[in-house]
Amino acid sequence: MTARTTVGAVLPLRLKPYVDADNSAFWSGGADGALMIHRCRSCGSWFHPPAPVCRNCQSLEVGPERASGRGTVASYTVNVQPWIPGSEPYLIAWVELAEQPGLRLTTNLVDVEAEDVSLDMPVEVVFEPHPDGDVWYPLFRPAPGATA
Amino acid sequence: MSGLPDVVIVGAAESENVGVVPDQSQFQLAADSVLRALAQCGLGIGDVDGVASTLQVAQFAHHLGTRPRWLDGTGVGGCSYMLHVRHAVAAIQTGQADVVVVAHGESGRSRVGPTLRVPDMASPGGQFELTYGVAGTFSSFTIPTTAYLHKYGLGEEALAEVTAAQSAWASQNPRAFRGKSLTVDDVLASRIIAWPFHVLECCPVTDGGGALVLTSAERAADLDLTGPPVRVAGSGETCEGPGASFMEDLTTFRGFRDSSAEALRQADLTVADIDHLMVYDAYAHLPLYGLEDIGFVGRGEASAFIASGATRPGGSLPMNTNGGGLLYTHTGQYGMFAIQEAVRQLRGEAVVQVPDVRTSLIQGVGGMFSAAGALVLTTA
Ligand SMILES: [Zn+2]
Repeated sequence: MTARTTVGAVLPLRLKPYVDADNSAFWSGGADGALMIHRCRSCGSWFHPPAPVCRNCQSLEVGPERASGRGTVASYTVNVQPWIPGSEPYLIAWVELAEQPGLRLTTNLVDVEAEDVSLDMPVEVVFEPHPDGDVWYPLFRPAPGATA
Repeated sequence: MSGLPDVVIVGAAESENVGVVPDQSQFQLAADSVLRALAQCGLGIGDVDGVASTLQVAQFAHHLGTRPRWLDGTGVGGCSYMLHVRHAVAAIQTGQADVVVVAHGESGRSRVGPTLRVPDMASPGGQFELTYGVAGTFSSFTIPTTAYLHKYGLGEEALAEVTAAQSAWASQNPRAFRGKSLTVDDVLASRIIAWPFHVLECCPVTDGGGALVLTSAERAADLDLTGPPVRVAGSGETCEGPGASFMEDLTTFRGFRDSSAEALRQADLTVADIDHLMVYDAYAHLPLYGLEDIGFVGRGEASAFIASGATRPGGSLPMNTNGGGLLYTHTGQYGMFAIQEAVRQLRGEAVVQVPDVRTSLIQGVGGMFSAAGALVLTTA
């Protein structure tokens, strides 16, 4: 089953996150082309969104670390209802990062039409800067050779 | 139930009007429901010593004129009322309260008196979802469904069957917000909100209230009741993650599995003993997950089960017999209305009554595949 909706330019208006100590690396890593994801320094578990404690081993020794930026599409939807005025249909996906099974983040898929998206499709991170230049949104596009 | 005294529901009422109620605030919708529920059991506000609500509970208890010695403001989303009932049973069994009211009121559509909801960009959703155009539950709660349909090789009709089957109930219910009889093709022809979901596979947003009155079976025996008492035979509660993307497996909800298993175990019943089922349906995928996760059918079999007519009037497992959140009403936190319908069926007072209902299972979800609460109600 594939979506048959042509998707447009992604989000003419993108809200800006509230940046705090926990998430600043995630939102600024794009300046260096780095997808920064929280990781436990005691047991090595990755998790997202950033949290103050590792739910695997309860260690407080947690912090951002550079992830590969590679993953696969775990699931997705084609948002058609124009919640954001002027928006055309866009793809919201959960990408499972290569670092760990079940390590997912919410993102937009770009550089791909809805009907060309498939589950488990390999994708890679690409960064979209906010016009203010202080936030980089991690987005994902098909990895080279991912679509026919 | 392990030697503890039985606790029963002696009053259950919805607000006079549900759907579009622009002239009442959410406190009024809840208060109207409480007074109607108390009137069913000959009790007054002065008898109430326990109050549970998703409204600001101290404020609501004060507005009502109660002097409670037990409060529960558990707010884990639309299944909070299942948890309130579970907690109220324990409170009554241990003597912490004698008469508990559980109240819901929500002006989801008309927005009379609700807390203003401003997007909180510091919340996890604000930081990591709103920034990607996830403007509501429509394009988030629904996302696991693509993985579910893919895993079992199902198409969009699997979701449309859910709405179509429930319209067989709703179309006989004058209180239903969406009261038309719908075919699978009708549903598939409605506009797409967030593929693969069409508007008729997403709940409407409505106004309404509902309330329950609980007490011990012993006390109930002395009350002048307008309908038979309904026993809370079992209950369960749990949580899985803060949002749907945290599910351990996108095709099954541990919250449904654990809370329903606990409720059935407490009630000393199995799914084969259940006459009537309510599964919280803010979106059409939830009854599919519910039927499988509770154990009524095997994995991937729910849509075929629904398409067979099993959950329609006259079927072997009547489900969402008020029309469900998709068609009856959905104020925002729908759980109270699922409980109300189960009580009506067990009392023999439903608008579309199923013959001889003696057991009902009500499965709630809170947040987006976050919390879960289940109840098993039986005739007393
Ligand atoms: Zn750890």
